[in-house]
Amino acid sequence: AGGGSGPVPGDGTDPPAPERVLFPPTFSVSEIKNKQRRHFMFLRWKQQQRKEKLALKKKRRKEREALGDKAPPKAIPKTIENQRVYDETTVDPNDEEVAFDEATDEFAPYFNRQTVPKILITTSDRPRGRTVRFCEQLATVIPNSHVYYRRGLALKRIIPQCIARDFTDLIVINEDRKIPNGLVLSHLPDGPTAHFRMSSVRLRKEIKRKGKEPTEHVPEVILNNFTTRLGHSIGRMFAALFPHDPQFIGRQVATFHNQRDYIFFRFHRYIFKSEKKVGIQELGPRFTLKLRSLQKGTFDSKFGEYEWIHKRREMDTSRRKFHL
Amino acid sequence: CPQVVWSMLGNRQFCSYKMTTKTQNFCRNEYNLTGLCNRSSCPLANSQYATVREEKGRCYLYMKTIERAAFPRRLWERVLLSKNYEKALEEIDENLIYWPRFIRHKCKQRFTKITQYLIRIRKLTLKRQRKLVPLRRKIERRENRREEKALIAAQLDNAIEKELLERLKQDTYGDIYNFPIHAFDKALQQQDAESESESDAEREEEDDDEDEDKREFVEAEDSELSDFEDMDKLETSSEEEQEEEEEVEKKASHSKSKGKAPLKGPARRKRPYIEIEYEEETEPSTKTKAA
Repeated sequence: AGGGSGPVPGDGTDPPAPERVLFPPTFSVSEIKNKQRRHFMFLRWKQQQRKEKLALKKKRRKEREALGDKAPPKAIPKTIENQRVYDETTVDPNDEEVAFDEATDEFAPYFNRQTVPKILITTSDRPRGRTVRFCEQLATVIPNSHVYYRRGLALKRIIPQCIARDFTDLIVINEDRKIPNGLVLSHLPDGPTAHFRMSSVRLRKEIKRKGKEPTEHVPEVILNNFTTRLGHSIGRMFAALFPHDPQFIGRQVATFHNQRDYIFFRFHRYIFKSEKKVGIQELGPRFTLKLRSLQKGTFDSKFGEYEWIHKRREMDTSRRKFHL
Repeated sequence: CPQVVWSMLGNRQFCSYKMTTKTQNFCRNEYNLTGLCNRSSCPLANSQYATVREEKGRCYLYMKTIERAAFPRRLWERVLLSKNYEKALEEIDENLIYWPRFIRHKCKQRFTKITQYLIRIRKLTLKRQRKLVPLRRKIERRENRREEKALIAAQLDNAIEKELLERLKQDTYGDIYNFPIHAFDKALQQQDAESESESDAEREEEDDDEDEDKREFVEAEDSELSDFEDMDKLETSSEEEQEEEEEVEKKASHSKSKGKAPLKGPARRKRPYIEIEYEEETEPSTKTKAA
């Protein structure tokens, strides 16, 4: 420590640091006991590191230019998406097994155009203003949907009634401390139930530069990045909310974009300015979902058969591993 | 002896079960019958005392007599009361026969209260219970941070725009948007034979839609409308010019890809009439582009 702090006292007093500071090799900034001096030395060390880095960059760039055409191609930067751990359940578009499964699963009637989606939107008990408004806006976004108040009814009793009245999907928005924070999406005649955690909900008035109200036209649906089997089934669940034939006159599009297990929902109006440029304008609410569990039957938290539950200890171990 | 106890604890000295408030004194002793700190309700200061307490949904009558005052372990005698309300009341009466009226009465009152709240518990458990799941701060923070980063990585606007353009290219919109050029280009480049019939069909369609009036109009002025309908109506040049059109279109597409939309309109429209000039102009540009 004595040897290490040799150059320090003098340097601490004069502000302009010398260009090249030679530290004795065994010196480390963290050994200085005095906080002010230590901080100062650390800043100087940081500056030095930055300079070195800049010099290195310049050198590399010069080399690259010098080589000209023969330069090796630029390295692709590593991103989390690049480094993603390969999930063995990734769906291959030509997979027959998947295609067969999809032809026979609960959404087959929808995709064969036998059923028209009819959605019931409700909340948990005693919803506060924000949640109510969000429900209303969601109802404008999703065609053929109805909002009903909960009034303390048990979900298990609502579900048979819904089935009797021909509803195909049930959305329950859970609320906590006056903001919506959870979403339960249940496909009704006996379909899977997905429970999501909902975050960053923005109502229409909170969106900047928003357009007018969404019209009654049936919007298009975009589902991005649902690669694994699980993601595929969730994607189909979302697709089953919207009627099959979008009305292109309305020029509205609802997007479910999956990125790193977060599903971002946006609702836009688009206009093609030319065939290579399209302008989009955000209407409608936006929110993000994170899947918590997927259950095989309709909503039944005690006796249901869970297809997938997010288990934090097992599944959150790697930063490069995603499930959707 | 109990008087001594009371004079010590109740009035003057410290009783650890006693809780004082502005208006009243409460007794926290679990065997207390009324819950107040009184001479007649203090289980420590009365050698003959009884209470009703419930455990796991069953009610018991606890009794304390002077004879067992020396044996703290056996002090409180416990009697299970029947589940039937009236029978239990009779049992209390039986067990506390010849006991002071106050204790009997208060025991029955307490028993009544206890049965009422047990009934309410049972009713509530049948209804839906709200399950409170605690939020873990660290996990919440982590998920919020990851969500922000995922949002940045997602580049939603770009993704949506790309997807929409893809769909336009693949003709999912059919005939609504009349930018047939791009699709037209692709078709021409990829499949020559088919493209002829396609382009023929399209041109014929356009023929039907827009007549020579349009053509004249366009020729006279440099119209660069951002409106899709008028933009890219191909002139009905005959099939012979088709190959030339191909080349010129390729060049047109090159010039297009430079990003100068306005150039498209007049340049293309002038094509059938001032062909030679057009080719010369664009050739050098393509060459420079390659360089």
